[in-house]
Amino acid sequence: MTETDVKVVYKRPLGFTDLVTHYCPGCTHGVAHRLIAEVLEEMGELKNTIGVAPVGCAVFAYNYFNFDFVEAAHGRAPAMATGIKRTLPGKILFTYQGDGDLASMGMGEIVAAASRGEQITVIFINNTNYGMTGGQMAPTTLPGQKTSSSPLGRDVETQGYPIRTAELLATLDGAAFVARRTLHDARGIRMAKRAIRTAFEVQKQGLGFSMVELLSICPTNWGLSTTNARQWLAEHMLPYYPVGDFKVSTAVSEMKIGGN
Amino acid sequence: MALELIKGNIAIAETALRVGLVSYFGYPITPQTELLEHLSARMPELGRAFVQAESELGAINMVYGAACTGLRTMTSSSSPGVSLMQEGISYISGTELPAVIVDVVRGGPGLGNIAPSQADYTQLVHGGGHGEYHLIVIAPASVQEAVDLTSLAFDLAEKYRMVVCLLLDGSLGQMMEPVELPEFQPLRTTPPAWAIGSPDSKEHVVMTSINIDPPNQEQFNVKMMTRWEEVEKNEVRYKGYYLDDAEYVVIGYGTAGRIALTAMRAAREQGLKIGLLRPISLSPFPTRAVDELADRVKGFLVVEMSNGQMLDDIISIAARRVPVDFYGRMGGMVPYPDEIANAINDLVNGEHDVNADGRAKWLTKMRELVGTGE
Repeated sequence: MTETDVKVVYKRPLGFTDLVTHYCPGCTHGVAHRLIAEVLEEMGELKNTIGVAPVGCAVFAYNYFNFDFVEAAHGRAPAMATGIKRTLPGKILFTYQGDGDLASMGMGEIVAAASRGEQITVIFINNTNYGMTGGQMAPTTLPGQKTSSSPLGRDVETQGYPIRTAELLATLDGAAFVARRTLHDARGIRMAKRAIRTAFEVQKQGLGFSMVELLSICPTNWGLSTTNARQWLAEHMLPYYPVGDFKVSTAVSEMKIGGN
Repeated sequence: MALELIKGNIAIAETALRVGLVSYFGYPITPQTELLEHLSARMPELGRAFVQAESELGAINMVYGAACTGLRTMTSSSSPGVSLMQEGISYISGTELPAVIVDVVRGGPGLGNIAPSQADYTQLVHGGGHGEYHLIVIAPASVQEAVDLTSLAFDLAEKYRMVVCLLLDGSLGQMMEPVELPEFQPLRTTPPAWAIGSPDSKEHVVMTSINIDPPNQEQFNVKMMTRWEEVEKNEVRYKGYYLDDAEYVVIGYGTAGRIALTAMRAAREQGLKIGLLRPISLSPFPTRAVDELADRVKGFLVVEMSNGQMLDDIISIAARRVPVDFYGRMGGMVPYPDEIANAINDLVNGEHDVNADGRAKWLTKMRELVGTGE
């Protein structure tokens, strides 16, 4: 046999445990988890981070990360993170929340945390439905979108309009960095990672509240293959939920990020 | 140390601070607000955490987070706010965390009013949130006792990793009395090994109230019940007045107990052998003390500022061995000693029928006294 140069191009992030996740095949929760773990590893903050898990599909997120974690009541993760951060201000705190958790049940808590300029980072997964309970209508469900609780398609006359969370929170002075990214393709994922890095750096440097909304796919509840789900996201979600930076405070725009 | 004249709410706040409160989260609501206001100045002054939350829901979940660090944390509210906190209280209990909650009770239901009441007994002593858990509930009858019990509340919360509720009515929160405050205790700011963010924990710590497998959940429930047995063994507190030779015993806690003491003394002056049992721990309840009295006295009179929420517990313990009369005022009304003295006379001169319905007798009287407003 001839000698070949072996180069590691892919390995498990140091911030993960050895467990296999319970997420459905094709789901982008795994991608989002990995990006968080990679960013915290690159920042050297793995041992200094405390996560707050939501109620929803990511309820067991704490099993997959190997740093300290707490599990919040539905929607209350930003309040719980506030309690921890104010008690241990030297720690890096993040909440990981879905759209039912953050934009429906927990809208009060997220708006209050952002307006206080709470020094926490929020990773917000928008997949336009309630994943864990089987695909019901969420605040993010698109007009006309069929779900198990809007079987004829979301009728905006009786069921209202979707909430653009990133744009909404960007109006608050306490929010230093608010961005939306997508996880449906490789370019989107690379951009998402950079935004997550920025969000954590904002916290580390004490510049205020930061949130990254991640457009995600839910092949199981959408009833689509992974490929078709990605395409559906691009065709239907991106026009309604544009990718972009909705709030970059002056301090954040002048911020220097080491590495990356 | 010299006595200082301090309002109940402020005395509790200052005591909490002195016994090492690291973080406070609350929301303004009368008649509790001075407690929050006092800490809004004092906590930042001492470099400690204070957040005026967006709601009681926010406040209790901030307490939930802070309690995960194992460091001393507290919130305070009044009845409608405590109802809103019940979700979080269940989660904190289900995660076995230490936290202190002060409820300065007001008249209800609904928005009710801001006058003193004891109508939160049931929602705190017998649950309130979902699932099965116990709180330790302690009820002072004076500002000094509120100070002493605040200090005790933090110790008990840490000893058993449970939620401890200091239950008092609005009049105690608002009343000024001379008190002796505790000295400043050293502040602990490093989480213990079991908590999140601890430098001493071996591996990653997870704080959660989930037990997705029913056998595991049941095992956890057995563990909680076992701990509660310990609490019942160790933490029953009450005060007895003239019980040794008492033929009839008045039972009342907090302000109602204090007013009953005045009525009891007046009855003693008339030569009636009346005693008073004032429960301090409402949960665990002084069941054995009541049980023993039921074997040797001729009757009980339960006095409350509610429709008889504790009365049901006394009826159950007395088990028809003695008649149980009741006198209560509701909706933010406070009884005068004369009213209780009359109720004592009714008990002593009554028919001593152990099967009589004390609450029904009282309600008939109340309809005559205050009417139904219809």
